[in-house]
Amino acid sequence: MTQATNTRLSNTSLARRAWAIRRHALLMAQVQGQGYIGQALGAADLLATSYFHAMTYRADDPEWEGRDRFYLSIGHYAIALYAALIEAGILPEDEIETYGMDESRMPMSGMAAYTPGMEITGGSLGHGLGIAVGAAMGLKRKANPAFVYNLLSDGELGEGSTWEAVMSAAQHGLDNLIAIVDFNDQQADGKTTQALARGSQSAQWQAFGWFAQEIDGNDLDALVSAFDVARNHRAPCPRVIICNTTMCKGIPFLEEREITHFVRVEADEWTKALAIHDANKPE
Amino acid sequence: MSEPPIPPNSRRLSKFKARKAPNQKQATSAMIASLDSEGRDTIAAPFGNTLAELAEHRADIVGLSADLSKYTDLHVFAQAHPDRFYQMGMAEQVLMSAAAGLAREGFTPFATTYAVFAARRAYDFICMAIAEEALPVKICCALPGLTTGYGPSHQATEDLAIMRAMPGLTVLDPCDAIDTQQATRAIADHPGPVYMRLLRGQVPNVLGDYDYAFEIGKAKLLQDGTDVLFISSGIMTMRTLDAAKALARDGVSCAVLHSPTIKPLDKATILKQAAKGGRLVVAAENHSVTGGLGEAVAACLMQGGVTATFRQIGLPDEFLDAGALPTLHAQYGITVDAIAASVKTWLKE
Repeated sequence: MTQATNTRLSNTSLARRAWAIRRHALLMAQVQGQGYIGQALGAADLLATSYFHAMTYRADDPEWEGRDRFYLSIGHYAIALYAALIEAGILPEDEIETYGMDESRMPMSGMAAYTPGMEITGGSLGHGLGIAVGAAMGLKRKANPAFVYNLLSDGELGEGSTWEAVMSAAQHGLDNLIAIVDFNDQQADGKTTQALARGSQSAQWQAFGWFAQEIDGNDLDALVSAFDVARNHRAPCPRVIICNTTMCKGIPFLEEREITHFVRVEADEWTKALAIHDANKPE
Repeated sequence: MSEPPIPPNSRRLSKFKARKAPNQKQATSAMIASLDSEGRDTIAAPFGNTLAELAEHRADIVGLSADLSKYTDLHVFAQAHPDRFYQMGMAEQVLMSAAAGLAREGFTPFATTYAVFAARRAYDFICMAIAEEALPVKICCALPGLTTGYGPSHQATEDLAIMRAMPGLTVLDPCDAIDTQQATRAIADHPGPVYMRLLRGQVPNVLGDYDYAFEIGKAKLLQDGTDVLFISSGIMTMRTLDAAKALARDGVSCAVLHSPTIKPLDKATILKQAAKGGRLVVAAENHSVTGGLGEAVAACLMQGGVTATFRQIGLPDEFLDAGALPTLHAQYGITVDAIAASVKTWLKE
């Protein structure tokens, strides 16, 4: 095989990657004038850690059999994953301007048939973890050492099917499955903790037989450590990393908005957001 | 202004029809063999045995069930290939999602449950995780239509209507043990997703007496006739064949076109047969008259410009009663005698 496989990056380099993922996402949101930019800015650090520290893949061969699988349940986070896939070199940067346009490979909600690197069709919530269960079973059956990562949202924990998958993964001892929960406490109607998600998240997952870690999902050092621990944990059980994140992370005037699930921004505010972001470029 | 009062909940039973005195002659049963005429040959677990055989030389075949392996004959496969069977527990949503995940990794999963649970509870998971991505998951579901007396919770009287509406899904309703064996082999080779109605246990062998081979997407003429054209699927083809024999004794000549593929419907064969004029066309299905084979055939005839006198035999668009199957089949007009009587009435109209 001649293709290059990615290498793991230091935390300093990850900060640059996370910054670039946020920038790609801001540019895409500017194309549409609105969108799920809050989720993209909040999840940029966990995506940078996934794509530039934890996962093994080949940018020029997104369907390489040896790759770690990344399943995005939450279709509306597509803007965040596109940004990560662009930064990883799986999608070309010049497609940013097509985001959400007719005929684009980057539709507003993520779909497997449209985009290299978008492994599953998300959007109907509560599907991704169940599909990940089957894929993890299949990888074990093939003796393929790859991991399956599933990024799900806190709101998705309200779907009963998520908990069917949680029980199933533990029952089948799927130690090659790593769930990442983006816990930003925001869903369409308001706060997730005022809807269905209550109490200690990690205690709930542990009670179902998972190895659980709960961290600040915008702290790269904590992310790197948690991903390393999850990958190297020895017990034959599935793993979850609950990432407490801040919506719109890095752009203070957006972080302060009350409604961040679907952000509408005036045209001049995109320029303002990009200026703030560009001023904060890491060394 | 005061708010309108909340109505009391004390008159619930008055919504339903009056119950009759119990008939203790017939007990509730779900035996498929009891659906056929007495004394006919049966074959044990045609789906489970065929799948176990196929898996001998197909490493990609895996089986999953949501706590119904014994009731879908998948336990036969599980006993033969224990390491390839996944017990998913009473969880139909992850049953379908996990089957999708296994298919993504190159396997050909056979997922089994009851038809009601697949069609009603797991629809979104079949639709978005399997069909939208054209994954080769084979969903094989027992208790199709009215094959249990347990009432609406178990009677899948609308599964074909639900599944027919799903893009990309092949929908099958086999007749007997022979059909089930051949269809199982065919769907294992088919590249896309399939929903197949399952007959389990001791399943009658009816088509063994005919020159018949199952093909996905093909309707087959089992016998020709000049007065009536039956177009039937599933266990109703057993019934239309027997009704044709009964009607022949009264001088009525019936053709039987068996259409085990509900989708994609074999429109060419149906139009060709229906266009042979002078025959009463009767669609017969073990399913609600809404949205199944009958309406699919009617639309096919209209769109194909074929004019025929058309009648439907099927289950009413209602929640059906509980009880013994022979009682219920007579009550809803899908026995051999009821079919023959309906046809005679229609021929006189």
